[in-house]
Amino acid sequence: MMRLISKNRWTMGLFVVLALLFVVTKIIQPDFGASGVESLARASLPFAFATAAMAVVVIAGGIDLSVASMMAVASVTAAVLMQGASDAMAIPIVILVLVIGVIMGAINGALIVITKVPDIVVTLAMLFVWEGVALLILNAPGGAAADWLEALIVGGTGLLGIPKALIVLAVCVLVVWIPLRRSRLGLSIYAIGSDENAAFRSGIAVGRTRIIAYAICGLFAAMGGLSLTMSTGIGEPIPGPYLLASVAAVVLGGVVLGGGKGGLIGPIVAVFILRLVRMDLTLMSVDPNVTTIVEGTIMVAVVMLGGVLAIRSARS
Amino acid sequence: MTTLAPDTTFLKRLGRFMRDNPVIPLILLLIVLIGILEFMRPGIVNERWLGNTVKFAIPLAMLAACQTLTMLTGGIDLSAGIVATITSFVMATLVPVYGPTGAILLSLIPAILMGLANGIGVAFARVHPLIMTLGTGLIGTGCLQVYQRFVIATGSEVPEFLAWLGTGRTWGFPNALVLFIPFAILILWGQRRTGFGRLLYALGSNERAAKLSGVRAWQVYMALYVLSALIAGIAGLLYVGLIKAPSLSLANPLMLPSIAAAVVGGTSIFGGRGGYAGTIVGALILTVLGTLLTLLQMPEGARRILFGLIILFVTALYVRLTDQR
Repeated sequence: MMRLISKNRWTMGLFVVLALLFVVTKIIQPDFGASGVESLARASLPFAFATAAMAVVVIAGGIDLSVASMMAVASVTAAVLMQGASDAMAIPIVILVLVIGVIMGAINGALIVITKVPDIVVTLAMLFVWEGVALLILNAPGGAAADWLEALIVGGTGLLGIPKALIVLAVCVLVVWIPLRRSRLGLSIYAIGSDENAAFRSGIAVGRTRIIAYAICGLFAAMGGLSLTMSTGIGEPIPGPYLLASVAAVVLGGVVLGGGKGGLIGPIVAVFILRLVRMDLTLMSVDPNVTTIVEGTIMVAVVMLGGVLAIRSARS
Repeated sequence: MTTLAPDTTFLKRLGRFMRDNPVIPLILLLIVLIGILEFMRPGIVNERWLGNTVKFAIPLAMLAACQTLTMLTGGIDLSAGIVATITSFVMATLVPVYGPTGAILLSLIPAILMGLANGIGVAFARVHPLIMTLGTGLIGTGCLQVYQRFVIATGSEVPEFLAWLGTGRTWGFPNALVLFIPFAILILWGQRRTGFGRLLYALGSNERAAKLSGVRAWQVYMALYVLSALIAGIAGLLYVGLIKAPSLSLANPLMLPSIAAAVVGGTSIFGGRGGYAGTIVGALILTVLGTLLTLLQMPEGARRILFGLIILFVTALYVRLTDQR
């Protein structure tokens, strides 16, 4: 037990911060309850998927700047296809969108491996490409989402009073992450992140592992895009500030930029912390634009802190 | 093997040639593009068209200067477009209160502040410039929106001087050249002939070596990002003179082309290689390409895809040509 705690000190700390923030929220807004938690979970859902996507590639020693654009592509594809489609048709559409996500991610990864151009440049270029693809699919916000998909995350609570959105998040992330973490592939992802040369010499196919890591990133991004369409009922071709938010949450969640360390739980808890801060500001009736400034400042501060910590750890 | 040998040496030679004189093939490309344009719409290429192209290429080339200078150290400035927008908007809203000169001077303050924030993040926290400038850009956009709510009553106005500079022409030449030619000479001279310019190349090619030889990297980074923001601000002032309608997203569409212009111009996004001469031709190429795409009625989405692919393709090409072993 003690070993578990000391091993996951950072994540434990994040849970404590989250609990404290809930207390603060309760003080600001005494009637904050189940519905508040529900709306928090729903607002966090796309951010959580974006963060999961980013976390996987950062663990593999890379970065993917195109996460938000891939989410936009998934979101508009789903919204356009579901418009006028029957409820039953929504299932193959969801599967199709997830496959598209995997393909987009794999394209990113393959371009990095084949061209030997650094990930940050390739994914910057792909950020624009996917953004363009999303705009070509849908020029302005529109489309529709199947009713049962919306009902999957919007409104009410599911089992044991846990918000539906939280259950969807947990199921989606665990179904992908747990088998991966336990497998040889998962280990390879951590290995190429912590030392690419050592991984190569231990017989890991570095290129292939990297492509798979980016493909998983694309899968999570597609889930994020779907959750966007599910919660708003429309497709949005211009991506929100998910890129910076996901980098900040990944850093705050204890995943070292540079790779090889951390997991998915920490970053996702960090997402809830960042969202809850925003919610508290809204509850205190701060101007939404000021909230954006505060949020941006917090994210930049977190990333800067991450940078300082990375310098420290490199020195020692 | 024997059949391959001349091919590789040719590639090698081409690579070396491209690296040493990126401007010559670029000018050829520019001429080819203009040729295609003339072929598609005969008679379009005339004095008036040339003037217009140069006029629109100048703000782009100035924003691309921010990218070129930061890329020389291996960085990038994604906040440049937003800095330009903020400066132009603040200036236009301050003119009724402080008059043109005061407004222009005051409007450069937010630009300097954003440059300082970028510099601090890059120099001290060692955040990747891409992430850092993205973050300050987001904060800047938020601040601009809050600011806009306060000034809605005073109205806005573009000073006549800036409109003259942005749109006017003398003897067929755009007046913006009055600002741009000294600016370009200054940058071209600065990058090769001054200590600061050489420090940028030094930090970009090998930061460790530069530091070991006594370069105080943080001072260079601070100066660089403030300079970049200042250039972006001036580019914004010029651009609002050209467009004549300040808005909350004025220069944002120039962001992607400005990166593409620097990359196409032969500046390496990894640092240490390139220069402003190529960037100027790059900006002209992208402006002509923009006209071409408009003629083809290419939708905005396809345009972004194309620019993204250009950045990727050119970078991959440079990696292949210059890192041959």
